[in-house]
Amino acid sequence: MVRLDGVGLEFGQAGTTNRVLQAVSFSVAEGGFRWLLGPSGAGKTSLLRLLHLAVRPTEGRLTLLDQDIGAAARSRLPVLRRRIGMVFQDFRLLPHLSAFDNVALPLRLAGRPEGQVRVDAVELLSWVGLSRKLQSRPAELSGGEQQRVAIARAVVARPLLLLADEPTGNLDDLQAERLMQLLHEMNRLGTTVVVATHNAALVSRHPAHTLRLLDGRLVRDD
Amino acid sequence: MTKAVAARSARIGAARPGTARTGAGRPPRRAPALLRPARFDDLGLRRALSDRLLPSLVAAMAFLAALALAGTAGASALGRQWQEGAGSVLTVQVTEPAGAAADGGGTRLDRVLALLRGTPGIASARALDAGELEALLRPWLGTGAGRIALPLPAVVDVRLSDPALDAGRLAVRVEAAAPGTLLESHDRWMRRLAVLARSLQACAGLALAVVAFVAVAVVAVAVRAGLATRRGAIEIVHGLGATDGYIAGRFARRATLLAATGAGIGAVAAVPVLLGLAGLAAPFTGQAEDVGAAELVHALPLALWLSLPSLPAAAAAIGWITAQGTVRRWLRRLP
Ligand SMILES: Nc1ncnc2c1ncn2[C@@H]1O[C@H](COP(=O)(O)OP(=O)(O)O)[C@@H](O)[C@H]1O
Ligand SMILES: [Mg+2]
Repeated sequence: MVRLDGVGLEFGQAGTTNRVLQAVSFSVAEGGFRWLLGPSGAGKTSLLRLLHLAVRPTEGRLTLLDQDIGAAARSRLPVLRRRIGMVFQDFRLLPHLSAFDNVALPLRLAGRPEGQVRVDAVELLSWVGLSRKLQSRPAELSGGEQQRVAIARAVVARPLLLLADEPTGNLDDLQAERLMQLLHEMNRLGTTVVVATHNAALVSRHPAHTLRLLDGRLVRDD
Repeated sequence: MTKAVAARSARIGAARPGTARTGAGRPPRRAPALLRPARFDDLGLRRALSDRLLPSLVAAMAFLAALALAGTAGASALGRQWQEGAGSVLTVQVTEPAGAAADGGGTRLDRVLALLRGTPGIASARALDAGELEALLRPWLGTGAGRIALPLPAVVDVRLSDPALDAGRLAVRVEAAAPGTLLESHDRWMRRLAVLARSLQACAGLALAVVAFVAVAVVAVAVRAGLATRRGAIEIVHGLGATDGYIAGRFARRATLLAATGAGIGAVAAVPVLLGLAGLAAPFTGQAEDVGAAELVHALPLALWLSLPSLPAAAAAIGWITAQGTVRRWLRRLP
């Protein structure tokens, strides 16, 4: 499902290059679950961006959904992205759209019939406890509510790979547990899940295979 | 693999945890009608590509284009009229037509007519009557031309059977018979007028090309501004799996609508101006001077009436193609 062989990522700005990831190698089988841990600045977000196809590796080989991403044509990537759900650290909701339209967007982009779009988006928003906020814009929602809209949007199209970047950052313990239930259930049904987090308590309550990054290098994989 | 995904998708809806507890377990059969906005604007282009600036600029372009089209139509109409006038190849003006001829008997006009009719290579020579003369002078002197107390020359319309007739020698002979008589060969003027008409058309065509070029630039600048304003939204939608074609299509649809609207307004605004010009030109294009609104509609060439509605269509095409090109080129910066 996911395989990295000696993957490196560099950002070059005005002559200087910033090596964000170096020689990262690991793989996740279909249906696997990984915690992605590491101090701030270790490269967790950058690694998730690689897996979300928001950047391409500058070194090594990244294989995702049976595709060699380094070699894939640019026009191949949108279809792959639709099979990957991502909960961003900063939510990235569209500010001018309602919660409902934000969650409906991946389904509409995938060309699902409007009737199914409504049913699925409403169901997901109800599940994250926002059935009374369907028409609210992100600016009218609290940080935790925005995060839950972002979670609903990431899972609504039933992705094969679900990535979450500190998804409990704005959630209380109860909501964090409900999120974990959702992730586990998606995982149990076959979705591969990678979650970056700082929340040590959450990790200890839900022990699973762990990847630990330090200064852009993978220092633990077990 | 796809089969497995479908099966999984079918199950997840039913088995998703917590659905029962939230009390929203049964997906609503009928979602509220207001859930989907009438026009779903995921990139927020209704504000990013404003309905003020672009349509106003395109309206101004369309107005200019309408004037240029009128120039083309007018030049070709005048050119055609002059070509039709070319049938009479030679005009001879006899001043003091009733005066005595230089030698022999008869009036100057009679002498000139006899001389012309006797010249090999001339098919016919006919003096215009008062009515025809008045029609000829109407553009310059108004409807009362015939009553004006000016010594008018006689005008003889000469048709040639031999196009190679030596007009210079004929002029000398006519001058000898009735001194002061003017002989005007039309074909030299016709050639000049044809060149003038063609030049006017070329200028109008050039003006159209410049207007189209500026319209492309205006749309490109507006679309680029929209891309800059909506960069965040575009990156999000791109990350959710939108293709370049989808994003470019959103921009192109909006730009097409705005450009066509602007061009429609500009074309309509040009109509009164064109009718006014047609009114001024009417006496020169063989029409009565005091024309009513109904006749004015016919005063504009049919080709012009047909090409005015093509302005919004052309603007729509420019909007669509320019937006598609601009957005697709811009999107290359995303992976
Ligand atoms: N677009 C970028 N350009 C340059 N440097 C970047 C970019 N994105 C991230 N970085 C750098 O990469 C490093 C890792 O960042 P990040 O992946 O966000 O870490 P984490 O999510 O673990 O906190 C940081 O030093 C950051 O400054
Ligand atoms: Mg981060």
